Amino acid sequence: MSVKGTVFKYSDNVDTDVIIPARHLTSADPKHLAAHCMEDIDTSFATSVTAGDIMVAGKNFGCGSSREHAPIAIKASGISLVIASDFARIFYRNAINVGLPIMECPEASEGISNGDIVEADFDTGVITNVTTGKTFQAKPFPEFIKRIIDAGGLVPYTKAKTEA
Amino acid sequence: MGMTMTQKILAAHSNLPQVEAGDLIEAKLDKVLGNDVTTPPAIGVFEKMGAKDVYDKDKVIMVPDHFTPNKDIKSAELSKCMRCFARSHEITNYFELGEKGMGIEHVIIPDNGLIFPGDTIIGADSHTCTYGALGAFATGVGSTDLACAMAAGSTWFRVPEAIKVVLKGKPSKYVTGKDVILHLIGMIGVDGALYKSLEFCGEGVKELSMDQRLTICNMAIECGGKNGIFPVDEITLAYMAKTNPTRFENKEYAVFEPDEDAVYSEVIEIDLSKVPFTVALPHLPSNTKPATEVDKVIDQVVIGSCTNGREEDIKLAAELFEGKHVAKGIRCIVIPGSQRVYRKALDEGWLKIFDDAGCVISTPTCGPCLGGHMGILAEGEVCVSTTNRNFVGRMGHVKSEVILAGVPVAVASAIKGRVAVPTEL
Repeated sequence: MSVKGTVFKYSDNVDTDVIIPARHLTSADPKHLAAHCMEDIDTSFATSVTAGDIMVAGKNFGCGSSREHAPIAIKASGISLVIASDFARIFYRNAINVGLPIMECPEASEGISNGDIVEADFDTGVITNVTTGKTFQAKPFPEFIKRIIDAGGLVPYTKAKTEA
Repeated sequence: MGMTMTQKILAAHSNLPQVEAGDLIEAKLDKVLGNDVTTPPAIGVFEKMGAKDVYDKDKVIMVPDHFTPNKDIKSAELSKCMRCFARSHEITNYFELGEKGMGIEHVIIPDNGLIFPGDTIIGADSHTCTYGALGAFATGVGSTDLACAMAAGSTWFRVPEAIKVVLKGKPSKYVTGKDVILHLIGMIGVDGALYKSLEFCGEGVKELSMDQRLTICNMAIECGGKNGIFPVDEITLAYMAKTNPTRFENKEYAVFEPDEDAVYSEVIEIDLSKVPFTVALPHLPSNTKPATEVDKVIDQVVIGSCTNGREEDIKLAAELFEGKHVAKGIRCIVIPGSQRVYRKALDEGWLKIFDDAGCVISTPTCGPCLGGHMGILAEGEVCVSTTNRNFVGRMGHVKSEVILAGVPVAVASAIKGRVAVPTEL
């Protein structure tokens, strides 16, 4: 499976408070969360993002609060993939659990600019910056993550286990 | 290969003789917890996957502490959702506002004797790592992980590497656990312990009370840590005997010590006697400086939270405020972390000291820490806060600023109206 879209580029240490500020956590409705996604550091994100676009950031993406509302907000905004140098660990788990595709690739993080068109292949881990022609190799998903994804997420994975 | 404290606890909970960093394991959970923000989405997932019962009604903990007493209708609906679930599933450890054991989750859960050495706990709150102070493995997760754990009583982990933090010496007067952890985060950065354990050890451990250790482990997440953990010593045993004498006498716990040949990715030594009064300037907890080097006028002070709302914190604040007054034009909000701490402050006369000093006294709540309520900042305002995060917009307006500090620096700052240290008082 592959995705292609326009890049929204952010810096290091994007925390879950800026992805979705706590003042909006009184509802977990994905549409409500998407409407306020990133608003404290990028007021135009929610209105300019279109389905399939790609978010690219630096180190430690998703640090801070454990709120699962953060990957839900990004996914509901239409973002098809987040590429970062690395991810904070709770966000990493939450993204997998809610089905938001993520890739760790420091080289891609450096070699992609805001507004570039990027294509990424989930099976091979190859990321192509269509705008510049450069390609990058992301770390493939570890085996256990693939198992959860194959099951369709953590919920069906656990359901199958508890019913066994 | 030798194992760290964390690795030994995880091995024991997975029925494995040996684990090493990078292993993927499935571990049994002794407690799983959620709050009023993270539990309602977990309940949605729980019901969606067709789960009927929680795995053990005594092991699931629910605490409505974030937006409570409810700040608006939507937050009231969140609390109601959790309360109804807790009633229908007969959750033993659901805590209601005003009850004796109620307060901020990470203050009350250890204080109610629910965590003992060797336990494994996950919570849908990133500061769940607080409980490592008791020699337990505790880490934060999201709502889906919480829902699955509520049903199954287990979850998967990637066994973490560890950073060994060797503490030596004794902290100077009024230098607290908060200064120690801010100092450490400043040294290694907000991703310095990404995916790793912070394992504290050394002769300096005995100089830190249980409340100080809880503060230190609470902020392990602020440098990316999976967990923070302290060894079990006399101070731990005394805390256990006080908080849950029955479990203590029945010896229902397990003390794990690291192997001599345990592997660490890094060893960091901290001489506690050299840790200065430390603050973290906006907008990262790693943006630290000695408080004496900061010249900044402020608008507000917050004393409380799961980081610094414990009895020792509130006692220290009262000691420093006695006979003094908050500077004119400054708001100082004191939030005891639990009903028990609040009552202690009432009985000991600390609340009178705060009132005389011109402080606002709040009921226990997470409140302003995450920009919920009870002290939200306007554009351009600056707050010295004993909370744990100073991200953009964390306590209010995106152009407001939070400076993280320990209780003594917060009190001194309230009295002086600028970032100040207790030795100036």
